[in-house]
Amino acid sequence: MRRSLFAVAVAAALSVAVAGPALAEEQGQGSPATHETSLASQKWSFSGLFGTFDQAQLKRGFEVYNNVCSACHSLKLVAYRNLSAVGLSDDEIKAIAAAKEVPGEPDDEGNPTTRKALPSDHFVPPFANDNAARAANNGALPPDLSLIIKARAGGPDYVYGILTGYGDPPAGFKMQEGLNYNAAFPGHQIAMPKPLNDDQVQYSDGTKATLDQEARDVVSFLNWAAEPELEARKRMGVKVMLFLILLTAMLYAIKRKVWADVH
Amino acid sequence: MNGTSAQDRIVKWIDQRLPVFTFMEHELREYPTPKNLSYWWNFGSLAGFVLVVMIVTGVVLAMQYTPHVDYAFSSVERIMRDVNYGWLLRYIHMNGGTMFFAVVYIHIFRGLYYGSYKPPREVLWWLGLIIFLLMMATAFMGYVLPWGQMSFWGATVITNLFSAIPWVGDNIVTWLWGGFSVDNPTLNRFFSLHYLLPFVIVGVVVLHLVALHAVRSNNPLGIEMKGPQDSIPFHPYYTVKDYFGLGVFMIVFALFVFFAPNFFGEPDNYIQANPLVTPPHIVPEWYFLPFYAILRATPDIVIPFTNVILIEAKLAGVIAMFGSIVLLFFLPWLDTSPVRSARFRPVYKYFFWLFLVDAVVLGWVGGNPPEGMFIVIGRIATAYYFLHLLILMPLIGRFERPRPLPQSISEPVLKGGGRAAASASAKPMEKA
Repeated sequence: MRRSLFAVAVAAALSVAVAGPALAEEQGQGSPATHETSLASQKWSFSGLFGTFDQAQLKRGFEVYNNVCSACHSLKLVAYRNLSAVGLSDDEIKAIAAAKEVPGEPDDEGNPTTRKALPSDHFVPPFANDNAARAANNGALPPDLSLIIKARAGGPDYVYGILTGYGDPPAGFKMQEGLNYNAAFPGHQIAMPKPLNDDQVQYSDGTKATLDQEARDVVSFLNWAAEPELEARKRMGVKVMLFLILLTAMLYAIKRKVWADVH
Repeated sequence: MNGTSAQDRIVKWIDQRLPVFTFMEHELREYPTPKNLSYWWNFGSLAGFVLVVMIVTGVVLAMQYTPHVDYAFSSVERIMRDVNYGWLLRYIHMNGGTMFFAVVYIHIFRGLYYGSYKPPREVLWWLGLIIFLLMMATAFMGYVLPWGQMSFWGATVITNLFSAIPWVGDNIVTWLWGGFSVDNPTLNRFFSLHYLLPFVIVGVVVLHLVALHAVRSNNPLGIEMKGPQDSIPFHPYYTVKDYFGLGVFMIVFALFVFFAPNFFGEPDNYIQANPLVTPPHIVPEWYFLPFYAILRATPDIVIPFTNVILIEAKLAGVIAMFGSIVLLFFLPWLDTSPVRSARFRPVYKYFFWLFLVDAVVLGWVGGNPPEGMFIVIGRIATAYYFLHLLILMPLIGRFERPRPLPQSISEPVLKGGGRAAASASAKPMEKA
């Protein structure tokens, strides 16, 4: 990864030298076009010791995933039943699952069947297999998004950077056919066309769907998908820390007492 | 143990047939320990604690894990998502590896500073190094089990080291893999060995403790206990001190487990292994980085003034890497100084810290791609590692003039000046 980063850094330095003014115009649009370390650190409700997910945001993020991302990206590790954490009711979850078909048990004659997906099923992928996904996407494989936040250096900041990093390449930057310029992507040439725009989705809670809002919401949703245990983990962590600090203080007092006659 | 209560009688009955209580009395309550051990002496017991934590969490994780290339990755994710407190177990196990090595490295460097490898503790030191080697093998194979990209490619790179062995190297690698690439047979045997080796470690730890209790603990002064006035019973003094240290350690451990569980991890390992896609930069876990740097530092060894390659770079690297650990076994003889503790070694003291810095530099180089200045720095740091062990250690011991050693462990306390030291330290003597 760092080797490519180095190449990116060099490319970025060159492009700054060649096309400084053009780049300056770009910067209003998103993160500046340099390598990964320049990812702007965003504020997330779920970061920090006491961070939690904003459930309304998770629900909006799911709407973005469901209406936009899910056309190409699978979410194989998440089950429909997990969506209750996002704030969907049992009936809503059943309806979302039932809209998909999954392979069923063979019938009495042994012929393969299909059935409607149940809340216990995992998210049904958009393509039958990787080859089908590649064929539909100009040879590029859209990665599964279940762990995307944990699987990329920079985590949520990186995914946010990608979603908001599209723009025109700086003058003199040679683009390959079929690729798109993205300031946050290592190498700056990404196969995924710009997925989000202002008003790409209509939020059910009436929030105005700006590009920034959509990106933040879907990143939060994907962070939940990658770390569904996050809230329970931090809540338990705070209790464990308090307990351990108290215990250790008491152990220190005992240690002092036991050692008093040695010192 | 000579009371008449029912409990005492039961204890006595058992003890006459299996002397566990006598053993505990002897090894804990009576076991004389130098009274001046600093907190650097906490790390041995901490390592023992982490070993138990790793075995307990590991055994439970193994109940849910599937060692098959098609299911390993998703079975780990099932543990993270669907198994009750599975995320807790896995994050403890994952960060436990890091904690284990951190604690053991401190334990080793403490031994280096205070000369704990010198007579009569050579075998104690060797057993510790064997534990360290077993830990490295266990950690390496454990890292392969989640079957992420780094698991797969780390396994490929490290097992390929054996192909550097002349003539039979490739056959050995095929034998290790159980096939012609890292695949399902490899994953299966790594799982089996990853489950087995910790219990071997437990066995060697027992030997390590037996050896320790035979030669007794070293101490910051590096001089032997001369009598009862120099020692205190292990229990309760060091049990309570170890408990306090354990509390501090668990706070650090918990901080990572609960608030930064992936701090030491590689993002690439959350991508399922794919033999067709090589990650741009393959790095091992942080605790292997210094050795990884040594592995990659060596150039081809040529016969001077010719182009004849004597040892290929790859084989030279493997020899250097294994040599860097094997040399430590000879430390009791490479270090020629009669004085154990670096406190009384004005020259060696500085070279100890330089050696520590060298190890950190090697780790930093190991985490970066082998190009540009990293090659140069890596070679210098590797050369210095061997220079320190092979040349500086013997020479410093010979030419350095150590500071005078105290007469006994209690002496510096008696002459401690300042606070009312004399009366305070007289007490345990009377007691003893």
